[in-house]
Amino acid sequence: MHNLQDRFHPGSAQEHFDPMSHVVPIRMYVTIWAALMIFTGLTVFAATVELHVFNIVLALLIATIKGTLVALFFMHLRYSTKLTMVTVIAAIFFLFILFGLSMTDYLTRAWLTNTIH
Amino acid sequence: MATAVQSVERENYLNSNYGIKSWLLTSDHKRIAMLYLISITAMFWIGGFFAMLIRLELLTPAGDLVSSDTYNKLFTMHGIIMVFFFLIPSVPAVIGNFVIPLMIGAKDLAFPRINLLSWYIYMAGAITAIVAMVTGGVDTGWTFYTPFSTTYSNTHVIGAAIGIFIAGFSSIFTGLNFIVTIHRMRAPGMTWRRLPLFCWSNYAAALIMVLGTPVVAITLLLVALERAFNIGVFNPQLGGDPLLFQHLFWFYSHPAVYIMILPGMGVISEIIACFSRKRVFGYEFVALASIAIAVLGFLVWAHHMFVAGISVYAALVFSLLSYLVAIPSAVKVFNWTATLYKGSIRYETPMLYAFGFIGLFTVGGLTGVFLASLGIDVHVTDTYFVVAHFHYVMVGGMVMAYMAGLHFWWPKISGRMYPEAWAKLSALLVFVGFNTTFFPQFILGYMGSPRRYHAYPPEFQVLNVLSTAGASILAVGYVLPMIYFLWSLRYGELAPPNPWNAVGLEWMTPSPPPTHNFDETPIVTWEAYDYEHQPQEEVSVGH
Amino acid sequence: MATSDIQVAEHALQHHFADMEQQQETSTFGMWMFLLTEIMFFGGLFCAYLVYRASYYQAFVEGSQKMNIWLGATNTAVLICSSLSMALGVRAAQMGKPKLMAILLLITMVFGFGFLGIKGIEYHEHWVHHEFPGPNFHFETGDPAHPATDPQHTQIYFSLYWAMTGLHAFHMIIGIGLVLWIMIAGLMGAFTPSYFTPVENVGLYWHFVDLVWIYLFPLLYLISKKHGG
Ligand code: HEM
Ligand SMILES: [Cu+2]
Repeated sequence: MHNLQDRFHPGSAQEHFDPMSHVVPIRMYVTIWAALMIFTGLTVFAATVELHVFNIVLALLIATIKGTLVALFFMHLRYSTKLTMVTVIAAIFFLFILFGLSMTDYLTRAWLTNTIH
Repeated sequence: MATAVQSVERENYLNSNYGIKSWLLTSDHKRIAMLYLISITAMFWIGGFFAMLIRLELLTPAGDLVSSDTYNKLFTMHGIIMVFFFLIPSVPAVIGNFVIPLMIGAKDLAFPRINLLSWYIYMAGAITAIVAMVTGGVDTGWTFYTPFSTTYSNTHVIGAAIGIFIAGFSSIFTGLNFIVTIHRMRAPGMTWRRLPLFCWSNYAAALIMVLGTPVVAITLLLVALERAFNIGVFNPQLGGDPLLFQHLFWFYSHPAVYIMILPGMGVISEIIACFSRKRVFGYEFVALASIAIAVLGFLVWAHHMFVAGISVYAALVFSLLSYLVAIPSAVKVFNWTATLYKGSIRYETPMLYAFGFIGLFTVGGLTGVFLASLGIDVHVTDTYFVVAHFHYVMVGGMVMAYMAGLHFWWPKISGRMYPEAWAKLSALLVFVGFNTTFFPQFILGYMGSPRRYHAYPPEFQVLNVLSTAGASILAVGYVLPMIYFLWSLRYGELAPPNPWNAVGLEWMTPSPPPTHNFDETPIVTWEAYDYEHQPQEEVSVGH
Repeated sequence: MATSDIQVAEHALQHHFADMEQQQETSTFGMWMFLLTEIMFFGGLFCAYLVYRASYYQAFVEGSQKMNIWLGATNTAVLICSSLSMALGVRAAQMGKPKLMAILLLITMVFGFGFLGIKGIEYHEHWVHHEFPGPNFHFETGDPAHPATDPQHTQIYFSLYWAMTGLHAFHMIIGIGLVLWIMIAGLMGAFTPSYFTPVENVGLYWHFVDLVWIYLFPLLYLISKKHGG
């Protein structure tokens, strides 16, 4: 049998409610801010170096690191429920389906014509 | 509580206060459901009016009743209204809105005011679209294909696109509300495994609403911008790729066809269980099949573009993926059938509609699989075969389910019974009329009759006349319920709380329910569809 | 303080929730759900960007070289600063300091307007150089040795540039309105340490808009190194 406690708040599990529990120290916010600024400088600098395809890879990598920092700390994702995490992951997952399956068309459209000519 | 004596004076959501303001400013999910019911019914008749004109034109091979331009506008406006303003909100916004909170033992949806806002947004979208139609109409087809829609059509494309754009946000907010509600508002003991399948399937449809609708919204916005400023994104003359439009459009619109079937499947699960007095066979599989359909539905969109010029390799991938969607759909059909097996079946109106649904959805779904195979699709794409396919799933499936649900929950909604004999007659008329209308179209399409033309070769006339005749029967089948539902509001027998002897929390509160749904928050201690252990009178009350 | 705290909290509890915990988690989850729809909304444009950039890389490089990297980088920094002040504002609300919160939100708005101002300068530059898609679009690299190779597709680059940054700017404007609203509500005593969900949610929205820009900046401004700016 399930325990009765569980039933009263399905979904919220047993986490205890305390809105004050996630007060993040100012130092943390400032550190994240500084990291974001440094990464911004870095990405501008990286763009001036010729790395061929790796320019875009690096740019997106840096953007993703910055984005992750914003989400985890400024948006408190790090302290939020699993459900919130899943929501974010779902968004990214379906976004990649949109990108990926669209590209199956664009990347292979020329194949057939190439073999014919 | 379930045995409470019916009294006319008892306060309920309908008589708790009066006046137009108490309806237009309500945040009660039940009243909002009624606002939707009225508005989408109006849209249904407008869309139906266009359909009648289409069928009349097709009575004769010559294009005599309307010009080809007018005909183009007729099928476009029929499609836009029926898809975006009737079918998408039908089961979720009316029935879902009304019963989901009741089913899970909640007082309301998670965000009641956003729920009301959704309705206003819907109305704003509907009025925008109707204004565009009245002031000249649109002729692009409901799919708005570029570059016709962006460059060549000289009808009110922008107005119609903006109308749909706006209505999209209504759908997004409804979906968001359902997801959050089902996660967060369940009564104690209402675990995921006890959740009615209607909630599961609406949850799955809501996932599609929140994930897909934004994409079509931005796409239609781009169409409007392209038309207004010639920005080139979808215009091949300016270097754009019209197929990109189709990708973005179908990324939403294929999953959207599952918005237009999943909630209906939920209705059918409830009804089949109730009227065969059995737990739905393989409850978990039926529940998970909804989620599987929603997710897989996002992987198949380019099966609408097989002959549009996409890469053959991509077409192969999409064709294979499309077959996969048929699996969870089939799981549902098999499990409903298995539920019927050895059930003590009662043939009441909702059940008649449910039977109709199972048969017609099966035909529609299987022909979908035909269309998903490249070789067949090249032959029948853009013919009446496709038209028949999607009407079997959308009208034979979803509209049937909507009618089934309206009859099933009408006693709860209105507090009155509808006249059973008339209802059975109408269910029969709908079934016969529907098949007479659309089955000939499979044959027409297979013989090569293309869709979207106002004239056709004389040898196709017999089948077309049959189709138009069927449409008239279908129309009678839809008018009847409209009349007797209205009639029943005044003259119908008073409904007991649980006229069908069904399980489910919505039947444990009076009909019509009080504003706050339950006098005390119910605590669920039994499994879903616990028909084997009926009667199950008690609702244990919270402490 | 403590009693008024409870009063505000009681007042803020809507009838259909069992308690504040359920209400607070529900609305935060709702906000994240909304952000998911926003991701998909921008996602359509990002998809178009991906498709065209993959197909017409050179045209995109040439368009991107018209971007003023320094203004773009400055604006990125401005937004990051605004995110910091926003985060600190939420923190102040969390700790029950409405005045401090108001000041921090005011700073956030100032950064927001700063961003829009700089964006406006850039827009103006593009406009006078006919870098707005449509009949008046006219594109030259400005380097006679390397004339534009594919102006047609560079126009698509600019279409996407205007659409993406325009949609982003539109979100900024909404965001500033929301921040103003919670600032006023906060000063009127609407929030307490046990009830500040609207502040939290507006914060989420603001950070999200910042996050979108974090991707827009490299994708639109930094396509090729050939111009440091
Ligand atoms: C069992 C799974 C299904 C499969 C494999 C499937 C497959 C297809 C395919 C391949 C097409 C494109 C035909 C063509 O244009 O050549 C199509 C069209 C269509 N299907 Fe389905 N389908 C399925 C279920 C559904 C359902 C459940 C609905 C709606 C409730 C639906 C609604 C439509 C509509 C509206 C179109 C036509 C769109 C247009 O061009 O106007 N389908 N289907
Ligand atoms: Cu499809």
